[in-house]
Amino acid sequence: MSKILDNLKYSESHEWVKVEDNIAFVGVTDFAQKEMGDITYVDMPEEGDDVLAGEEFGALESVKASSELISPVSGTVVLVNSELEDAPEKVNEDAYGAWIIKVEMSMPSELDKLMDAAAYKKMIGE
Amino acid sequence: MLERIGLGSLDQLYSDVPAQFLHKGQYQLPDAMSEQEIRNWFASLEAKNAKLKVFVGAGAYDHYTPAVIPYLCSRSEFLTAYTPYQCEISQGTLRYIFEYQSLICELTGLDVSNASMYDGPTAAAEAMKMAIACARKKTRVLLSKSLLPHVIKVVETYAKFHGVEIGYVPAPDGQTSLEALKAELAKDDVAGVIVPSVNRYGIIEDHTGFADAVHEEKGVLVEYCDPSALAVVKTPGEWGADIAVGDGQPLGLPLCYGGPYVGFMAVKKEHMRKMPGRIVGQTVDKEGRRVFVLTLQAREQHIKREKATSNICSNESLMALWVTIYLSLMGPEGLRQVNKLSSDGAHYLKAELLKTGKFEDVFPDKPFLKEFVLKPKAFPGQMQKKLEEAGFFAALDTEEGYVSFCVTEKRTKAEIDSLVATVKEG
Repeated sequence: MSKILDNLKYSESHEWVKVEDNIAFVGVTDFAQKEMGDITYVDMPEEGDDVLAGEEFGALESVKASSELISPVSGTVVLVNSELEDAPEKVNEDAYGAWIIKVEMSMPSELDKLMDAAAYKKMIGE
Repeated sequence: MLERIGLGSLDQLYSDVPAQFLHKGQYQLPDAMSEQEIRNWFASLEAKNAKLKVFVGAGAYDHYTPAVIPYLCSRSEFLTAYTPYQCEISQGTLRYIFEYQSLICELTGLDVSNASMYDGPTAAAEAMKMAIACARKKTRVLLSKSLLPHVIKVVETYAKFHGVEIGYVPAPDGQTSLEALKAELAKDDVAGVIVPSVNRYGIIEDHTGFADAVHEEKGVLVEYCDPSALAVVKTPGEWGADIAVGDGQPLGLPLCYGGPYVGFMAVKKEHMRKMPGRIVGQTVDKEGRRVFVLTLQAREQHIKREKATSNICSNESLMALWVTIYLSLMGPEGLRQVNKLSSDGAHYLKAELLKTGKFEDVFPDKPFLKEFVLKPKAFPGQMQKKLEEAGFFAALDTEEGYVSFCVTEKRTKAEIDSLVATVKEG
């Protein structure tokens, strides 16, 4: 069973969003990290880059796979989690602790299109 | 075989090919030959080759090939080996690729080398694609006009089919202009710049300030190098370049109608995930022994699909082995000596040619290594032809109306004097 947290929002491409005021923390779900296997690299945008909901903002690499990261919200990247540059395994160890980017949202209403914990749980069939 | 797959005739097998594309009538093929006849036939073709003394370079150099290299490279373990996917049975191949990469890193002064590429010009084209991948939003790559003409052509061809816009930086005084480069960079669309370390005129370029200017605009600096010359000139690492590419041919590969040669590419560590091609890495097995494996494969197209920087998975592995053995034999001192002998010969030839009064010097104050250009006072085409008749491949015509000469350690003083005497007579 994958871990799913009640207070987060989820996307169909397995990203989670945690909202604090107008700021969104974005990471990948526990289900996603299990599917990927050992993560060896997190390709992240630069601070100041704009991201768009539904568009790629980076990628995860494991030993034998590469998977795009899709932004669940639109806005500007205010911070990237530089800890992941040297320690990508943190995504495996604690998927909900290892946020990847922090976005200042330009369209907070986009959050309504995301799933809650129950809907995400249903989608992954667990 | 047809019976096995349930077909009645060969025509049935090719029934998918539209009739208008099928060849009708007899093939114009010569009669079969015996082994003896075919050997004689090829010998008669070979006899048509003119065995000229090579006094030109232009990207391919007549350096000496130590006899042990072809001997070792033709061992069946190397000659017949296929791509080393299975590290359990490919340690020999993986080991020499790892050694090759280590040597290329040492020569270029950069952190990571791939397992080699097809040749210099295509390696430059891959560097162009890599620059676009590194820069994300920028769309234009600049080429110095002092790059070898065939390198420019190949990069332009790749650019056309990858939707990359190409710009040019002039080299009015025989050296890429920093001022002109800065003017192009100011347009804010430049992903990368490709400049030659030793250029098409044989001149050793000064790239002071280039890396800073390019990095300020968030581009990557690519150095196109003669790897043999890197033993004595500043390395791409020392210039602050992000990517080094070039042709490995000067490292003991014989001149052979254009190939097979080998391309190389080395990059700074921060760019390694955008680098095309295979990489061999070192690790330990479960018993703690030093072993070699293919690594960082998530960059490559069989995993990253259309998002990969390149679709290249192949490399010129046997030629990379050739280069590895050459560099191991020569060492830093041997390679310096090759450069010293070549450079001494070239400087002597240039001085003697100027004394004949048949040339004007073009770039008198620029440093050169083994190759140089002069402006002939008479028609250049005639000179090249006349020298050919006397047994020399020399005075290559350039687009600018110069003639180009090159001297390697294989050319003796007697040969140089004989070339000069022929020029004098003409």
